[in-house]
Amino acid sequence: MASDNNLVSVEANLKPEDFRKVGIDERQAEVIQRESLSAWRDAWQRLRQNKLAMTALGILGLIILSAIFMPFISKYNYYSNDLMNTNKPPSSDHWFGTDDLGRDIFVRTWYGARISLLVGLAAAAIDLIIGVIYGGIMGYFGGRVDNIMNKFSEILYSIPYLLVVILLLVVMEPSLGTIILALTITGWINMSWIVRGEIMQLKNREFVLASRSMGAGSKRLLFRHLLPNAVGPIIVTITLSVPNAIFAEAFLSFLGLGVQAPISSLGSMINDSLTGWLYYPWRFLFPAVLVSLIMLSFNIFGDGLRDALDPKLKK
Amino acid sequence: MGMVRYIANKLFYMLVSLFVLVSATFFLMKAIPGDPFTSEKKVPPEIKARLYEQYGLDKPLYHQYFKYLGDIAQGDLGVSMKRLNQDVSHLIGQTFSASLKLGAVAIVVSVIVGVVLGMLAALYHRKFIDSAAMVLAVLGIAVPSFVVASVLQYVFAYKFGWFPVSGFKGPLNYFLPVAALSAQPIAFIARLTRSSMLEVLNADYIKTAKAKGLSWIQILSKHVLRNGILPVVTYIGPMTANVVTGSVVIEQIFGIGGIGKQFVEAIGVRDYTVIMGITIFYGVLLMLARFITDIAYVFIDPRIKLSGGKEG
Repeated sequence: MASDNNLVSVEANLKPEDFRKVGIDERQAEVIQRESLSAWRDAWQRLRQNKLAMTALGILGLIILSAIFMPFISKYNYYSNDLMNTNKPPSSDHWFGTDDLGRDIFVRTWYGARISLLVGLAAAAIDLIIGVIYGGIMGYFGGRVDNIMNKFSEILYSIPYLLVVILLLVVMEPSLGTIILALTITGWINMSWIVRGEIMQLKNREFVLASRSMGAGSKRLLFRHLLPNAVGPIIVTITLSVPNAIFAEAFLSFLGLGVQAPISSLGSMINDSLTGWLYYPWRFLFPAVLVSLIMLSFNIFGDGLRDALDPKLKK
Repeated sequence: MGMVRYIANKLFYMLVSLFVLVSATFFLMKAIPGDPFTSEKKVPPEIKARLYEQYGLDKPLYHQYFKYLGDIAQGDLGVSMKRLNQDVSHLIGQTFSASLKLGAVAIVVSVIVGVVLGMLAALYHRKFIDSAAMVLAVLGIAVPSFVVASVLQYVFAYKFGWFPVSGFKGPLNYFLPVAALSAQPIAFIARLTRSSMLEVLNADYIKTAKAKGLSWIQILSKHVLRNGILPVVTYIGPMTANVVTGSVVIEQIFGIGGIGKQFVEAIGVRDYTVIMGITIFYGVLLMLARFITDIAYVFIDPRIKLSGGKEG
C-alpha cells in the first residue's frame, strides 16, 4: 500500500514542462559515437591484449638490441684466441666462459645471434620480394600465366628444401651471401602461394571493380588495392619464415656448411661445442638457449600476430 | 575418372621433380672445378686419357648426362670418390637398415604420442592438461632437434646414466634418439589433432550420437577419433621429411651408423658422388612420402574435391 502511495505522489509532482520531446533525429544516427579505429589499430589492440605474444615481442626486442650492442660493450672480440685460457667455465672475467681456443663465449654468442638474425631476416626479406612479385603476377593475371608459373613453382617445391640448400652449399663456397642465397632459392614459394591465394580472392571484390571502372590500370590495382589488402597474411608468413631460416642456418652450420670460422653463428657454436660438451657444458648451453629462445619468440609472436590480424582464424 | 586423373597428375609431378633433382645433381657436380682425377699424383697424359675413357669423361657433356640418367634409373649411383671402389648404392644399402629402424620407430612413436596428447588437450580444453600439452607443443616446434638431442644425451645418458651415450645395439639405444627425433613431429601432430578434435567435438553429429544414447567411449572411438585425426594424414609427408633431415643430425650425435652419418661424413670430406647419391636417395624417399600423402588423403576423406586443390 505504501508503495502505491509513493507512486501516486511522484506522479503528482510532475508537470508537463518536465517533459521534453526527443524524437528520432535522422542526422544523429550518422554521428560517430566512438573513435573509429583503422584495421591496424584494431589489430594492435587485439595483439596488446595477448600477453604471451607481447612477452615474446619484448624478448625479441631485447635479443635484437643485445645482438647489436653487446659485442661493442664487451672488452673481448669474437675472433681473438687466448690459448692460456681455454675452456674456462663462466666467471666474472668471461661471463659465459671461453671455448677451446680461449675465445670469449659471451661475445661470440651475441655476435652469433647477430649473424643468425641477419641470415633469418635477409632470407625472409628476399623471400618476401620474390614471393610477392611472383605470387602477385600469378594471382592477378590468372589463366594460362598462372597455370604455367604455378606448375613451375610446384615442381621446385616438391624437391625437399634442405636437400636443395645442402647441394648448393656443397658446390658453392659457404659464406654469408651464399647461405642466404641458398636459403631463398626455393624459400620464396610458400610466400608466393599465400600472395596468389589472397590476390585471387580479392580481385573479384567490388572495390576492385569500382577502381577498374574508374580507369585504374593493372599496376595501380595491384599496388594500391590488392597488395595492401593482402598485407596481413604476408606479415604473418614473414614472421613465421624467419625462424625457419634461422633453423636452416643452424642445421647447415651443424653439417659444417654454415658460416666459416672465426665468424660465429649460433648453429656453428653449438656444432663446435659438441666435441667436448659433456665436460664443458657452458659452451653448448648459451648458444643453444639463445637459438631456442629466438625460435620460440618468433613462433609465439607469429601465432599472436595471426590471431590479431585475422580474428576469423582464431581457434 | 577423377581419381585416376588426380593420381596420374600427382605421379607426373613427382617424376618431373625427380628429374629436375637428378639433373641438378649432375650439373652441379660438373660445375665443381676439377674432376675426380685432379687430386691424384702427377700421371702421364696417356694414363689420364685412358682413365677419362674408362669413365666416359672424354665423351661430350650431353652423352655423359644421358648415361648418368640411365645409370640412376637402374639404381647405379656411381662410385665413391674418396673411398676406394666403394659403390654408392652399396653404401646406402649397408647403412639403410639402421636409419630405417630409427626412422620407423620415431614415426610410430610420433603418431601415437602426438594423437594421444592432442586428444587429451581437446578433451580437457582450457584445463591444465590442455595448457601443459600446448606448452610442450610450442617448445617441441621451436627447439631445434639437435639441441633436444644434446640435452637428452647430457641429462639422461651422461648425468643419470640411464641410457647409453651412443651406439645402436640394444633396445635401450633407441630411447634417446627416438625421443629427440620425434619431439617436433609430436608437437605438430598434437596441435593438429587438438584443433581438429575441438572442431569435431562441437559438430552436430556428435550431439546426435549423444542423443542416440551412445556411450562416451563409443562416441570417442567411432566418431571423434576417426574424424579428428584426418588432418594428421596430411602431415605424413612433412613428417617424413622432418624425420629424415632430423636423422642426419641425430645419427651423428648418438653415433648411429646410418645413412645420415654417412651423409655428414661425405659432406665433411667433400665426397661428391656420395653426397649426390644420398641426396637423390633422400629425394626419392621424400617425394614418395608426399605422393602417398596426397593419395591417402583423398581415399580417407571423401569430402575432398579432386579439382587439383593444393594442400594447405
